[in-house]
Amino acid sequence: MKFTWFNLMPWPYLPDDFREKNRSVWVDIDQRLFDPAASHEVYNTYMDLLEYADTLGFDGVGVNEHHQNGYGIMPSPNLIAAGLARRTKDAAIVVLGNSIALYNPPVRVAEEFAMLDCISGGRLVAGFPVGTSMDTNYCYGQIPALTREKYAEAHDLIIKAWTRREPFAFNGRYNKLRRVNIWPRPIQQPHPPVHIPGGGSVETYDFCIDNTYSYSYLSFTGYIRAKALLQGYWDRVAARNAPDTSPYRAGFAQTICVADTDAEAERLYSEHLHYFYNRCLHVYPGFADAPGYRTIKTIQAGALSQYAPPKGFGELTWKDLTEGGHVIAGSPETVRQRMEEMIKGLNVGNIFCLMHVGNMPAEKCMYSSQLFAQKVMPKLRGVLPECEGDERFWCHPLAKRVTAGALPKSAGAPRVPEHA
Amino acid sequence: METRTVETRHAPVRYLEGGTGQPLIYLHGAGGVTADDPLLTTLATRFRVFAPFLPGYGESEECGELRDMLDFTLHTWDVLEALGVANPVLVGHSMGGMIAAEMAAIAPHDVSRLALICPAGLWLDDHPIADMFSLLPFEMPNYLFHDPEAGAALMTAGLKMDDPEFLKTYLIRNARQLGMAGKILFPIPERGLAGRLYRIKAKTVVIWGESDRLIPPIYGPAFKAAIADSRLVTITEAGHMVTVEKPAEVAQIIGTLV
Repeated sequence: MKFTWFNLMPWPYLPDDFREKNRSVWVDIDQRLFDPAASHEVYNTYMDLLEYADTLGFDGVGVNEHHQNGYGIMPSPNLIAAGLARRTKDAAIVVLGNSIALYNPPVRVAEEFAMLDCISGGRLVAGFPVGTSMDTNYCYGQIPALTREKYAEAHDLIIKAWTRREPFAFNGRYNKLRRVNIWPRPIQQPHPPVHIPGGGSVETYDFCIDNTYSYSYLSFTGYIRAKALLQGYWDRVAARNAPDTSPYRAGFAQTICVADTDAEAERLYSEHLHYFYNRCLHVYPGFADAPGYRTIKTIQAGALSQYAPPKGFGELTWKDLTEGGHVIAGSPETVRQRMEEMIKGLNVGNIFCLMHVGNMPAEKCMYSSQLFAQKVMPKLRGVLPECEGDERFWCHPLAKRVTAGALPKSAGAPRVPEHA
Repeated sequence: METRTVETRHAPVRYLEGGTGQPLIYLHGAGGVTADDPLLTTLATRFRVFAPFLPGYGESEECGELRDMLDFTLHTWDVLEALGVANPVLVGHSMGGMIAAEMAAIAPHDVSRLALICPAGLWLDDHPIADMFSLLPFEMPNYLFHDPEAGAALMTAGLKMDDPEFLKTYLIRNARQLGMAGKILFPIPERGLAGRLYRIKAKTVVIWGESDRLIPPIYGPAFKAAIADSRLVTITEAGHMVTVEKPAEVAQIIGTLV
């Protein structure tokens, strides 16, 4: 099992009447609700928490990309990842990921991911999402019906840029490049492991299966609702004759809150869950799914955007959220049981642990994360024995890595051999 | 109106045909068109009307090979060629008006009469066109009709929006149609037409519904100014769907071209 500590980086100061006074947390969110001076502390606290997760023994620390979004103030995950590459020691840097259709040219992603891999000593896990419709179409103006074609081309270009050792010409429909020749290139060979976050598109399943990439379902609605979707994925794995059904072929994001007892968990975390589901997921349904973004095949399969639920998230109570499986919360033993049920039920090897929720303050987040790392994670390590020995979907760091910031405190006279 | 099919280079194209007289090509807007469209039936009393469906619309197959404005323009010329129609009265509504204007600009000697009804294709920073792609179904009538209530009744007549199966059909139709339209309209319905309008030689009439809240009537003078032999007619008590709200007036104005 691989546990990645994930922070969406929500803005923690959305007002109480946010939902009543605003139509969307995303795309056209009110500029005045962001306070740049206050963000100084918010960003640094969030990065501190990611670094803390490394010290707790999480396998990875995770970041992602959203634009014009009140629950994800991370338009450039690579900037955060660069900080983490320096300040963490062992955890994989899971960038989940870069919306590769948005980079012009996408060689930029090949380069920045290579830099992250080099700086971190080979700890990068590279994510290539198509990007939500809000990000890709409504914020970044990509034409919905052409987004997937552009994405596929960007992917081919990045993989070629990572693996070819001679300059090459790339004559794509969206990218015309005479000499692709990235410098630097990644440590990991032939390239860093690739994870593809998706929302139920059939095309994405096949893409992952055919390329030996891990498919990640990043939902906020929990494992009970994810069952049908991931079953669709595993059915597809079987139908396409993949050589195995390794749990590492799949990843899942789960909101997790741990306290001493179930009652303490409710007392500590209820308000932050409410903040997240009530304010952060308040997305104008018109932005959820630009026509043409999802293919006909996918709509026919019944996969609709999770951002336009038939009944809103707004009124969900603690009981709804925990019993409905949106959230796994409670004592270490409660959380262990539900996690085991989830892991086995979905057959997922990569767990993206959403340990920071909404406007949760750092001390509560640290408490919950520590309990999870010490009292839950060790008991879940062996839940899926099929994971054992499958190294295809995780990073392969250098055995010997430097310590960042290890220069002497002050400069002495450089020792240079006399006849150098 | 009869529904027929004609083969083109990229896809078989379904089209509506009806009436006798001079040939008239009608290019529908992003919402599509149906056989009982009041403007088409009125025009068919005087013209031989052909209304081809853009791929993805009606029963026309989708076509991934059509990606940009030039593809759309040439494809529609291919349709005319396949129909064997030369020098028709070329009429386009909204997105169809944008395509018609491009066709007349790219082949100015092949179009002598042109009617643009609330056409898309220009962009004025001070008068942004509403983002139809993010509108929810219940928000649409206000942008499309002079009388939103009557318009809403028209749009939802016989539809069961609460039925999940219907909803799926609706979403698929929306994805097919607006997915295709988005290639030339998303996120801003402008693909450089302003720089090409000067090439149009056709006798042109630009028709606007005075209450158009999707593409405001101020775009009318912009089209008129850019097309040499053109006049602008504004119709009162009609919105973007002037084709439905005032079909007789629109047909009469188109009739003045011949």
